[in-house]
Amino acid sequence: MRYFTGIDIGSTASKVVVLDEASLVDRFVLPTGWSSKETAAAVAQRLAESGRPVDGEMKVVATGYGRVAVDYAAKTVTEITCHGRGGYALLGEDCTIVDIGGQDTKVITVENGLPTSFLMNDKCSAGTGKFLEIMANRLGVDLQTLFDLAAKGSPLAISSMCTVFAESEVISHIGAGEPREDIAAGVVDSVISKVAGLCARHTLKGAVFLTGGLCDSAYLVDRLGAKLGASVRSHPMGRYAGALGAALIARGAKGGNRI
Amino acid sequence: MMENTNIKLPDNFETYNEARQAGFLRMKQLKEKGAKVVGMFCSFVPMELVYAAGALPVGLCAFTEEPIPAAEANLPRNLCPLIKASYGFALTDTCPYFYFSDLVVGETTCDGKKKMFELLDEIKETYVMQLPHSRDDAALAFWKDQIVRFKEKLEDIFQVTITEDDIRDAIRRKNRERRVMLKYLELGKLDPAPMSGYEMGTRVDAGSFSFDLDQRCDIIEKRTAEVIAEWEANCKGKPSTRPRLLVTGCPNAGVREKIIRAVEELGADVVAFDTCNGNREKVELVDESNPDVYDALARKYLNINCSVMSPNDSRRAYIGELIDGYSIDGVVEIILQSCHTYDVEAHFIKRFVTQEKGLPYLNIETDYSQSDKGQINTRLAAFLETIDK
Repeated sequence: MRYFTGIDIGSTASKVVVLDEASLVDRFVLPTGWSSKETAAAVAQRLAESGRPVDGEMKVVATGYGRVAVDYAAKTVTEITCHGRGGYALLGEDCTIVDIGGQDTKVITVENGLPTSFLMNDKCSAGTGKFLEIMANRLGVDLQTLFDLAAKGSPLAISSMCTVFAESEVISHIGAGEPREDIAAGVVDSVISKVAGLCARHTLKGAVFLTGGLCDSAYLVDRLGAKLGASVRSHPMGRYAGALGAALIARGAKGGNRI
Repeated sequence: MMENTNIKLPDNFETYNEARQAGFLRMKQLKEKGAKVVGMFCSFVPMELVYAAGALPVGLCAFTEEPIPAAEANLPRNLCPLIKASYGFALTDTCPYFYFSDLVVGETTCDGKKKMFELLDEIKETYVMQLPHSRDDAALAFWKDQIVRFKEKLEDIFQVTITEDDIRDAIRRKNRERRVMLKYLELGKLDPAPMSGYEMGTRVDAGSFSFDLDQRCDIIEKRTAEVIAEWEANCKGKPSTRPRLLVTGCPNAGVREKIIRAVEELGADVVAFDTCNGNREKVELVDESNPDVYDALARKYLNINCSVMSPNDSRRAYIGELIDGYSIDGVVEIILQSCHTYDVEAHFIKRFVTQEKGLPYLNIETDYSQSDKGQINTRLAAFLETIDK
């Protein structure tokens, strides 16, 4: 095999990483849309266009909640193991990975390069990317603007544990004429508190490493660090951690973690 | 027994599916032959006394989602699904065992059940045994008194006299059942596992609905011997690489598909159960040499390692024995939503399993609905991926 591809079909975005024996050769993100099957087909098409068809010299491992839809994958592995493997490869040391995903948030302990234990949020979108997305929509801004606004505000209390009720709280704040910056800061604070609550139920070992789609926000990384009282690290490839882990698994143990 | 031809089916009987109709007809037949039926929910209720009264103890329905919406008309939604289902089945006349019970027996195990029994009592007489939550001498004396009172209640309701010899005989028969069931559950010690944990759990539960105690023991003994013979012929000497799991925590019959079947389909074997329907109640027998039968019963039942007991260190010790005896690779704890005692005690179980036994531990909190099926599957798969075997 020449190429080893990891495909991470998340609830919001699908991430793809292509490795060869020694290094990273390609990576891209597609929106997942409404059908994981169609997304999987779109990924295959994109790979073919770049001259690396999935039915050629390629081994594919799929992960993420839509992993079963990737019918050309040699195998599927859960996003927990993949984030652990990929996160370790990016950071280069044992750590605790916090992945704030589109529909769930995970805390994963990595020891000797392998995930050894994990916690996931309960069946609820509070404390996930979905929560931020819903609230950004309510404020009429995109996610990046939400973070920009939040950085300028001081957080208002949004205390409900339920996204639907929290949305009502946001609406009350809007109705009361509170500044958007403060509401945005409250929204981010609410997510961070829930993520920190999940972390508190898990023994944090080593550095805290934020992966997933939100790790590009320096503001979020900073706020999480403040809440946890620990330094939180991120990486430009952080949102690809799951796909990278899948690609490394496709390449097998002999391939090591070279990227 | 006296024939009784005045036994009625529920008003909605015609609308029931075949399996449920069959269940009702079977119970009706038993009642027509004069059987006396005592319905119960929990393994703390000493069945020996029910047998000694010449009655049949039956486990009541509590393990499906179906009657929960009806129950939520009177119970808070934020309550354990087992309690809601128990009440819902009673309320909707859909549990043949409840419907045909002459007496229902509850126990003050947890707060939710204790208060639910007050509502249940409005549907059918529910006698509640006051279970103390510790194991000291005062608790033992209190519980022994509760056992004597329960005996008197049975004598009163069925107009019989229960002698100590009757109880002794029931203790012997029930002890035999515990031994036989434990032998069956210990098949899980074999490597490779001789059957799925799904099958084992299903059979153990089905066994409890065969009403003749001695016949039930014969069936299980025969089945155990068959499984051993099959295993020796086909599996012996071929250990499996599938991770061997211990399931602990709340009663799991209502989530058996969603968790036990799912994890086995993902490539593990559930080989041991630290649960109500597993080893927990069967591992300690009633002392047949104790001249005081009530004292013997009280001691046995008070020692059940349920999380309603405080403290409950002996549960951890027993989990340790199971981990060693069944060569366990990982522990899955099942918490039914809002079960505070198991949920809180999980703190100690996790610490014991991961730190003292050095094994991976997964905690799943869930209810009877299917809404978290996908998430649970991901957790189970990820858990198996962390088990290095």
